[in-house]
Amino acid sequence: MRVRFWGTRGSLPVALTWRDVRDRLARALVAANGQGLDTLDKAHAFAEQHLGFSLTHTFGGHSSCVELIPPDAGPDEYFVCDMGSGARPFGEHIAARQGGRPATIYVFMSHMHWDHIMGFPFFGPAYVRGNQIRIHGCHEALEHAFRRQQEPPSFPVPFSQLAADIEFIPLAPGEAHELPAVTVTPQLQHHSGDSYGFRFRSRGKSLVYTTDSEHKLDDHAARRRIVEFFRDADLVIFDAMYSLAEAVSVKADWGHSSNVVGVELCQMANARRLALFHHEPANGDDAIERILRETRRLEELTRGVQRLEIIAAYDGLEIEL
Amino acid sequence: MKLSQRSYADTLVLAPAGRLDHDSCDDFGAELQPLVEQARDGRALVLDLSALEYVSSAGLRLLMLAGKQARTQGGRIMIAAMRPLVAEIFQISRFTMLFEIHPGVREALTAASPQAAAAFDGG
Repeated sequence: MRVRFWGTRGSLPVALTWRDVRDRLARALVAANGQGLDTLDKAHAFAEQHLGFSLTHTFGGHSSCVELIPPDAGPDEYFVCDMGSGARPFGEHIAARQGGRPATIYVFMSHMHWDHIMGFPFFGPAYVRGNQIRIHGCHEALEHAFRRQQEPPSFPVPFSQLAADIEFIPLAPGEAHELPAVTVTPQLQHHSGDSYGFRFRSRGKSLVYTTDSEHKLDDHAARRRIVEFFRDADLVIFDAMYSLAEAVSVKADWGHSSNVVGVELCQMANARRLALFHHEPANGDDAIERILRETRRLEELTRGVQRLEIIAAYDGLEIEL
Repeated sequence: MKLSQRSYADTLVLAPAGRLDHDSCDDFGAELQPLVEQARDGRALVLDLSALEYVSSAGLRLLMLAGKQARTQGGRIMIAAMRPLVAEIFQISRFTMLFEIHPGVREALTAASPQAAAAFDGG
């Protein structure tokens, strides 16, 4: 199974400013001084080999949208968690790949807070006749939320004018739902209005998508339930929006978690890889890189038998499980 | 885990020993809560962490709650003498922003009250 991140930012999309770009350019020019980079190919190679992540990448970017590509997916089938603003480039990807052939898109909605649905009005495949979109979720108000955000005065195109065949499919927490290429099991999470994590299984590989989930540290039963949900997962995509200090003090009950709790739960569950996700919009790339370094250090300090690989998700990242 | 206590003049010093993790935090919290009652009306309580081997998120939350309780009572809690591993966990979790931290118990007592520091020096 392959995972492709289209949107990794929490709560609100962010973009680099001109000052950010100018600063990176200046730092890169200094680093390249005297390197004889007289062609774009040489410059690309130099950037790839000698410049760090903070000069050559950005975490981005778009709000939550994560594609999974099960090995048994048909050539016209797509699977995606959440419709944050990353759904816009995801839709462009589908259109380019399909070249006019109809597609079937399976969507899994953690919840309907705005940052998780805001990309749908800009999701190109929804406007194409012949496409099938199957939106799965556990909330009763799932369809209402999608329709409401396209009502006046919020958006000029009503949901009823979308040309694709769109269907809403209810899922039940704790119950496995079989699709042709993947099995998905939702799990209730602690978040305002409830959210749901999803565990996907395909050909012996497991992916857990768990965003917008607060973990109450004095609730031992909930922790055991979550650990079983994460058990032996190949990848856990985890809401690490706040520091632990924020999550238990000034931002308690805001519905999000921390890198520290992510490491602890994954270690208890014997998971193999943890992707820090739903990055705080106030954090720049340097701050997220620092959090990544510290999280890796925490994993080293507390490692048991198995190493837990830590990554920080960024828009455009692809991972093979 | 064990929690020992000693007093220097008007200041109570608590010293947890061992691992403060998800398994031990309930018992530790029950033992700690009544002792935090003494951190009131300008008095400080010092947590001597020199024998603390590890602290989990649940343990850190208990410390945060203790600090909050002390503040509402007009007192304060200070952290002292952390081992390097515990100090790193404090830094990574940003708990360094929630507590007044001192390198040793002597320094914490000096910040707590002149009487406490004098009592410490007097043995």
